[in-house]
Formats: sequence, C-alpha cells, structure tokens
Amino acid sequence: MGTFDDLRVLVTGGTAGLGLAVVRALAARGARVAFVARKPEGVERVARDLAGTHGIVGDVARKDDIYPIALQALGELGGLDVLINNASDLGPASLRLLADTDCEDLERALAANLLGPFRLTKAVLGALSASAREGHRAVVVNVSSDAAVNAYPAWGAYSTSKAALRHMTAIWNAELEVDGVRFLSIDPGDMDTALHAQAVPDADRSTLKQPEDAAREILEAIATALPVPQEQRS
Amino acid sequence: MTPVQRPPSAKLLVVDGDGRITHARRADFIDYLEDGDVVVANDAATLPASLHGVHQTTGQPIEVRLTGRSSLSPADIVNASAVVFGAGDYHTPTEHRPLPPPLLSGDRLLLGPLVATVTGMLGHPRLVSLHFEGTPDIVWAGIARHGRPIQYAHVPTPLEMWDVWTAIAGYPAAFEPPSAGFVLDWRMLARLRDRNIAFVTLTHAAGVSSTGDDELDARLPFDEPYVIPPATASAINCAIAQGHRIVAIGTTVVRALEHAATALGRVRSGAGVATQRITANSQLHLVDAIVTGVHDPATSHYQLLRAFADERTLRRAAEAMTAAGYRTHEFGDSVLIERGVSTLKTSAGFPTDRWSLSGQASAAHAL
Repeated sequence: MGTFDDLRVLVTGGTAGLGLAVVRALAARGARVAFVARKPEGVERVARDLAGTHGIVGDVARKDDIYPIALQALGELGGLDVLINNASDLGPASLRLLADTDCEDLERALAANLLGPFRLTKAVLGALSASAREGHRAVVVNVSSDAAVNAYPAWGAYSTSKAALRHMTAIWNAELEVDGVRFLSIDPGDMDTALHAQAVPDADRSTLKQPEDAAREILEAIATALPVPQEQRS
Repeated sequence: MTPVQRPPSAKLLVVDGDGRITHARRADFIDYLEDGDVVVANDAATLPASLHGVHQTTGQPIEVRLTGRSSLSPADIVNASAVVFGAGDYHTPTEHRPLPPPLLSGDRLLLGPLVATVTGMLGHPRLVSLHFEGTPDIVWAGIARHGRPIQYAHVPTPLEMWDVWTAIAGYPAAFEPPSAGFVLDWRMLARLRDRNIAFVTLTHAAGVSSTGDDELDARLPFDEPYVIPPATASAINCAIAQGHRIVAIGTTVVRALEHAATALGRVRSGAGVATQRITANSQLHLVDAIVTGVHDPATSHYQLLRAFADERTLRRAAEAMTAAGYRTHEFGDSVLIERGVSTLKTSAGFPTDRWSLSGQASAAHAL
C-alpha cells in the first residue's frame, strides 16, 4: 500500500493553479480527495474530469461557508487525514503600496489567507485528531510564500496575511504535534498561476515554476510528515 | 458571542460510588478522575438534521428531523429515518407541534435543494423512512446547505453549526449533539495526557432526545449505528485487564460500549448498531462512570443512569441539583456518576473485591 492510497485529503482552492495540480497529483496516487472552490462551474468541471474526487462549492473567506464545507468533506470522505489550505487572495486587485491599500482589501486578504484556514482547521481538527488517535496520519499544509518572510514593497496585504498564517502554523504545530497532528508551512515558490499574473502581469512566464512541480514537492513533504503505513513496517 | 455550549460557570455534580454528592466546577472535571482511567468520548459531529420544506401532494409545510440511519457509511446518507412535523418551527415546543399531513409510502417531500421519497411508515404518523434522490455527494451538499441544527424551544436564537459541534467533533454522524462532550476542550485533553489518563473516542450516531410525542418518546432511543476504532478497543481492554476504570462521556458512549461488550467483559472494535435499552435492570459490563447532562426522570437518558446508581441516590442527586440551580438541557450543567457499589460490573477478570458486599452495605449506610 502506497503512502497516499486511501488517504483522505481536503484541498481548498482546488480548481486552478497549485490547488488543481495538487488535486490531480493526489488523485493519481490513489488518495480520496475533496476540493473546494467558489465557482460551481469550475467545481463541476474538475469533479467530472477527475472521477472519484468530491467537489465542494464554497468560499473559505466566508464564515458561513466553513461548516458546510467541513460537513461535506468529512461526510463524503468519512473523516479526514490531510487538510491543504491552499486558497489565497492577493487582497487588492493589483499590487499596492500599503499606504494606498484600502482597509477592505487588507480584510479580504486576511479573511481568505488567515481566518479561513484558521476556521476550517478548527472545524476539521476533531476528525484529524481522530485519524491520529487511530494510528493513521494527520497533516495540515498551509501554503505560504516568500512574501511571508520578506518585506517586499507593494505586497503588503498578501504578505501580512501570509506572515500571520506562517506563524499560526508554527503555533498549531507546537500545540498539536503531541496529539499526532503535524502542521507544515510550505512556500511553493513563484509559480505560473493566475494569482501571480494578477500580482505581476508582465512577468516572464518562462522563468516561473510550474504548479505541477510545486504540487510534487508538497506531496513529498506530506509523505515525509506521515508515519509509515502499518503494512510497510517491520 | 460566547458559545452557548461552554459557559465558564458550568457546574458539575459528582456522585461517587458510595452515593456521596459533591458540587464542583465542570472545568475541574478531571480532578475527579483517577490515574490510569480511560476517558471515552463520542466524536460524532452533528448533522444539521432539521430540514424544512413541503409535502408535495398537499403543498403543506413540514419540518423533517432526521433521526436515524442504518450505518455510518458515507454512502448511506441517502437513506434515513425521520420524525416529521407539520407547520411551524422550533419556537413552538415539540409537544405542541401539529402532525404533518397524512404521509404515504411514495410521497415526495421537497426539502430545499433535496427531494426525499417516503419509503415506509414506521408505526406512527410522524415516523417515516426516507430515500433522498441523487448521489451521496448531492445529498451531503443539500444537507450542508439547507439543514439547520435540530433545536428546541428553550433556546430562543437559531443555533449555528459551531454551537452543536463539540471540540472533538469529527465524522458527521449525530442527529443531535452528543452534548456531554461539551465538557471537553483541548486544554482539558492536554491535562488528561499530563495525568496519564488515556483519551479515546468512538463514533455513535446520537439520535433525537425528544419528539414531543409520548408514544414516540416511549420508543426512544431509536437504533443507533456506531463504530469503535481498534485503537479505542485496545486501550479499553488493556485498562480493564489492569483494573483501571472506564469513564464514558455521555449516554451514547455507554450504549455503544455496552452493546459491543463481549461475554468476557471486553469490547469489540468495529461497526455495530446499538439496539438495546439500558435501564435499572441492565448490568454494565464495561463502563465504571459516566459524565452526562442533567436529565429529566421521564427520559431514556435518565433511565440509563439507573444502571449506575439506585433510584434513591439519583433522587438525592436531582434534589441537590434543583436546590443549587443546575440547568437541565443539552447546553446546561453536568453530572459525573460513578457506578454505585451496589450495581455490580460483571466483567470477567475484573477484581471482584473492588465491588464487595461490604461496599454495598456502606452504600446503603451512606444513603
């Protein structure tokens, strides 16, 4: 049995960019995957293309969507082993100096990149810890950015939210590793995605990393964090 | 807003095995545990099991409260049993809710995005079996979007999902919260670990606590599917072999564990459906103590407590709680009852001298 066989995984922002690449890679390796995205047509398309995956329509930035998302994921997968908080929002429509950033845009970045992952993690933590108690495996991946550690001008809203998420990830891990739930903060690098194009429209795309490569690295990190399946021990 | 489920002022009445009564703070619950105890909780998340809609044949408004399913398999969500009410909502006490229009097998119930067909009447005009149209994913999505937590008139504001999920809620299996679990938070779990008290879980589809209909309430609890993970069974069996206590958080845990008890006084892991009633006449095979809410004597929950303590002790406990203003209902105060020395556990391999006849005599004295 491989590391990912029958692993129950929830991925947010799963219909485009890095999230879609992660959903594809997990499904290809035998995981049972539920994914979340805001637009029903995108969710339907991906669920149709990747047979056996579970599409969930919802917006992690909206408080009232969190429990319906959690209920569907836990119900459809029969529990949860891995949560990947991938959905991200730049905040303003394009890069802005902090002094030019509207408060509402900062709030949007915090809602999607910090509060959403916090709320969703809380809602599924019971299921993750149940998995850990049963000797399976439980991992939460929070997708980070080099902007979480470097002070790049004009990335203020996004950067601030990702810095907070990175620190929150470390605290989650300090508190819950003893319960068998690992928390990983992973910076996938500058990728050729819609979010990057929104931030840096004139970037030379040939210099950007492909989301598929970053997805592979995320799966490797998860595999490293998971205990070896019982069948492979001894 | 402060979650209604965890008031910091919550109280705990402790009834020990000799019938002695102590008032405590619920936050101090683990001070009443012993090193080596195994605490077992029900980690079922609560479904938003109240679905409003219309009865297609008559066009009349109805409220469907899901109350049961045959197994905890995710795909089985498409088949459920349910109690159906006529017009109105939780603001009206259930005992005053009108009957639904007469329901027949084959009737369609339009419940927001969901369509359910009545597949059978279960011996009462309110109680039906239902089949939901669509794939399991469509049904899960419909319940997630349209369902509301089952609620009673004593809580005036609409309950949210975060009000009815315990801190450890995992797989959505319960129709009403396994509310004894509100006693737990993550800090308490860390303290349990510090004290070398094992914490394990099972998943049990806690059903409705009341329908407001005497005839139906007399049939409670309905059959409830459960799953006991191997790690949980192993921790419990190990503790029993070493003479340690099993402490159940809630009546559903007692029902599942005792249903899965073997003749040798051990617990089986795996899936089952608890069908039994636990009453004064039931012998407990596994569970030594229970943490639960403050229950009305008319309920099946209270009857279950009679397996832990005799009627006279429970009556004294009830009087003490009334005098001290304990709050009943699912978001109220709690009680910890150690199995009385007069209610022998039958488990083979359990040190029998612990529940000796001399203990029984002193219990009688304490009363």
